[in-house]
Amino acid sequence: MNDTSACSRLGPKEYKSGVKPVWCPGCGDFTVLGSLTKALSGLNIAPENAAVISGIGCSSRMPTYLSTYGFHGVHGRALALATGLKVARPDLTVIATGGDGDGFSIGGNHFLHTCRRNPDMTYIVMDNQVYGMTKGQASPTTEPNWEKGKLTPSGTGINPFQPLVIALASGANFIARCSSSDQNGTAKVIMEAIRHPGFSLVQVLSPCVTFRPEQREWKKLVQPAPVEATSDPAQAARRLLTDEGLYTGVLFKGHRPPYQPTLESTIDQVTELDEEFQL
Amino acid sequence: MSRQSLSIALSGSGGSGVMTTGSMLLEAAGKAGWYGIMTRSAGPQIRGGEAAALIRVSDQPLESHDDSFDLVLAIDPASLGRFMGEIPLREDSVIICDMAGGRRDASLPETLAREIDLPMKKMAKAVKGGRPNMIALGVLARVIGLPEGSIGGILEKVLRAKGADALEASQACVKEGYAAGAELPAFSGPPITDVPDGERWSITGNEAAGLGAVRGGVRFVAAYPITPATEVLEWLAGSLPKLGGVLVQAEDELASINQIIGASFGGKPSLTATSGPGLALMTESIGLAVCSEVPVVVLDVMRCGPSTGIATKNEQSDLNIALNGLHGDAPHLVLAPTSLSDCIFTTQWAVHLAEAMQTAAIVLSDQSLGQTRAIVDKPADIAFIAKRNVPEVVGETYRRYAIGDSPVSPMTIPGQPGGQYTADGLEHTEAGAPSSLYDDHLAQLDKRSNKITNFNFGEHWADIDGTGDTMVITWGSACGPVREALSRLRAQGTEVRMLAIRLLAPERPEDMRAALEGVKRVLLVEQSHSKQFYRYLRAAYDLPAEVKLFHRPGPLAFKPGEIIEQLSDWCGSEKL
Ligand SMILES: Cc1ncc(C[n+]2csc(CCOP(=O)(O)OP(=O)(O)O)c2C)c(N)n1
Ligand code: SF4
Repeated sequence: MNDTSACSRLGPKEYKSGVKPVWCPGCGDFTVLGSLTKALSGLNIAPENAAVISGIGCSSRMPTYLSTYGFHGVHGRALALATGLKVARPDLTVIATGGDGDGFSIGGNHFLHTCRRNPDMTYIVMDNQVYGMTKGQASPTTEPNWEKGKLTPSGTGINPFQPLVIALASGANFIARCSSSDQNGTAKVIMEAIRHPGFSLVQVLSPCVTFRPEQREWKKLVQPAPVEATSDPAQAARRLLTDEGLYTGVLFKGHRPPYQPTLESTIDQVTELDEEFQL
Repeated sequence: MSRQSLSIALSGSGGSGVMTTGSMLLEAAGKAGWYGIMTRSAGPQIRGGEAAALIRVSDQPLESHDDSFDLVLAIDPASLGRFMGEIPLREDSVIICDMAGGRRDASLPETLAREIDLPMKKMAKAVKGGRPNMIALGVLARVIGLPEGSIGGILEKVLRAKGADALEASQACVKEGYAAGAELPAFSGPPITDVPDGERWSITGNEAAGLGAVRGGVRFVAAYPITPATEVLEWLAGSLPKLGGVLVQAEDELASINQIIGASFGGKPSLTATSGPGLALMTESIGLAVCSEVPVVVLDVMRCGPSTGIATKNEQSDLNIALNGLHGDAPHLVLAPTSLSDCIFTTQWAVHLAEAMQTAAIVLSDQSLGQTRAIVDKPADIAFIAKRNVPEVVGETYRRYAIGDSPVSPMTIPGQPGGQYTADGLEHTEAGAPSSLYDDHLAQLDKRSNKITNFNFGEHWADIDGTGDTMVITWGSACGPVREALSRLRAQGTEVRMLAIRLLAPERPEDMRAALEGVKRVLLVEQSHSKQFYRYLRAAYDLPAEVKLFHRPGPLAFKPGEIIEQLSDWCGSEKL
């Protein structure tokens, strides 16, 4: 993390690029953008020292709206791209953002292995239990009896994916759930996630007002988790499996060392490698 | 100058150590001042099963096996059967074989060659801890005329780790074998010469590609294991950390390609290596590198396809996907090494070009180039290294995809204040904001295409050689046998030109026109069933009226004699 000096602290607005979001009015992702800029400002991270990486989806548009470095890549591969960047440039603050389809369906394998690898970066998933960008199909986190998806008119009939449980089992070092209805609370959790070493997952319940208007009710249903974050994976697993997906706050904080190969050379010249081939 | 060469095949059943034996023989040949190549042939078993080391030595650099083999040594008769298709023999070839009991073993294939029984197993038994493959090493060294001393140092180097007893046993076996070899028919190997230390190298094409990558400046590699590219990765995994670089074993090829895009976005020249199946998985994201203008190099060590195909064998059939496999209009670079040692130069050049043009480069090596070990002249140290256009100072309004005097726009690196932008696979404006307008799309398509077509590639686009009105055009590992065929013809007074294309994309119409000046007939040589190279050349270039195609799928390698035969109609058979 690179902090600029306190006197030059930028306000949240200065972390916005000025490009107008394409999101529908009322989309939860607007608030997440606000939380993220507040967190960057709160941590006083210079925009040039942060990189926000995403795939494809409404939520994946995030980097364009920020004044940091950004990469809007292809669908599902944000975590892989972010991992390469972080390993090559450990000095940067790397944040990946995206949706539940991008992260848990097409990008599911990278999700597992990024948790397992545990690079020091933060992953913010705006979970709306639907594919917003492609106009309302079921996603891996959609409940089985949701019948509004045009490709699954009788519901998917299959159990939803449990991202936080999977993250825990795969080795993520920090797991939190937030609601976009609480912009400041979400900003605080994002700050903590960025500060925590290793791979931090922040699931933000972020309503898709267009294809899942009933999610507007989320703000009434979510509540802060009644207990402090645990660092015991077994305890965390029990809680995550039984909390109905509506408790917010930091739920797990682990102590695994982050993945970061050293980048210090032991020889001065590439030509020193020639020796092994010489007869 | 006509070449003096000897071709030797060494076969054995699983665990008999033929590969170690072959490598040691090759290195001993190198120490004696000879050039040489060794390829491996093995069954599908992961471990064990029959294996054969195919070795050729010469007084001149080698790039291809010969038309037939002079000498076969089979540690056991049954091991030879499965390789006979790859080991053509003549009447004057010799098979040395352990018939264990003196009677001709029924499993020994019927050939024209002369068979000689040598009880290698029995001889090894007489030495405490002795092994037949070390007897074989001594026998072969003697029969091809290597001095006994040339083996000693290599034995020590290779077997030191196995302890004094193992070393002693091997030394004793080699001695026994060497003595026994004196009783066998001798072959006249090339003259023994003294070569100064460091002037000759022993290297595989896969190692050479790895070396080229780091010479070019690559410091980040992410990859997923796949035959026959794995040795590139193994070499890089050991070498990159020495240079302050890193290799990440990724979860799949989708991750590999995206990790290297991320690392390169972060300013580190980056590469991944794979084979056909992996390249197929990567294509969407190679398009991302093209669109977002992030330099990356993808090395594809080709094998027989489609699908899993024949994973361990050579074919030149990924040309289509490398040239045309990206969706949309996605101009990028495609290169192919023209020889084993050229894997160094071409990979290094690819890094340089990708960085200079901020685009994706695909390098098409192949199993034959990659997994052959050769004794070569010390490769030249060529100064092409990564040099990206990174602005030193960033102006007030930095626009990442600006269309200025040069289509290669300055690229800031995260950490540079004022240089922030979002790299995007969405079509974008000059500033990098998403755009769906025709004008922006056209302008950026032009930018991405102009920077490649307008680049001055110089003379390296192809290796052009020879005179006359007949030309062979080929690429990749097919160049080796063609080059030898043409040098044989030259020795007999027939001149045929050769064009080995190193830069397959973008097309070089002017350069091709100049190269074809005065050429009346062209023979195309490629290892692909569907004539991929032929179709590519037809679409990209104007060829002379008379075009002949010599193509077949892998894994059967081209032989120099076959190329000469193909040319015989044109070059007068009396000369051949
Ligand atoms: C390889 C590929 N397949 C499919 C798509 C189409 N696609 C774009 S976004 C998307 C789903 C987005 O859903 P989610 O990640 O949940 O994000 P949201 O739009 O809901 O924020 C799909 C299927 C694509 N862009 N690329
Ligand atoms: S479709 Fe849904 S997720 Fe996409 S912008 Fe609209 S409300 Fe947001």
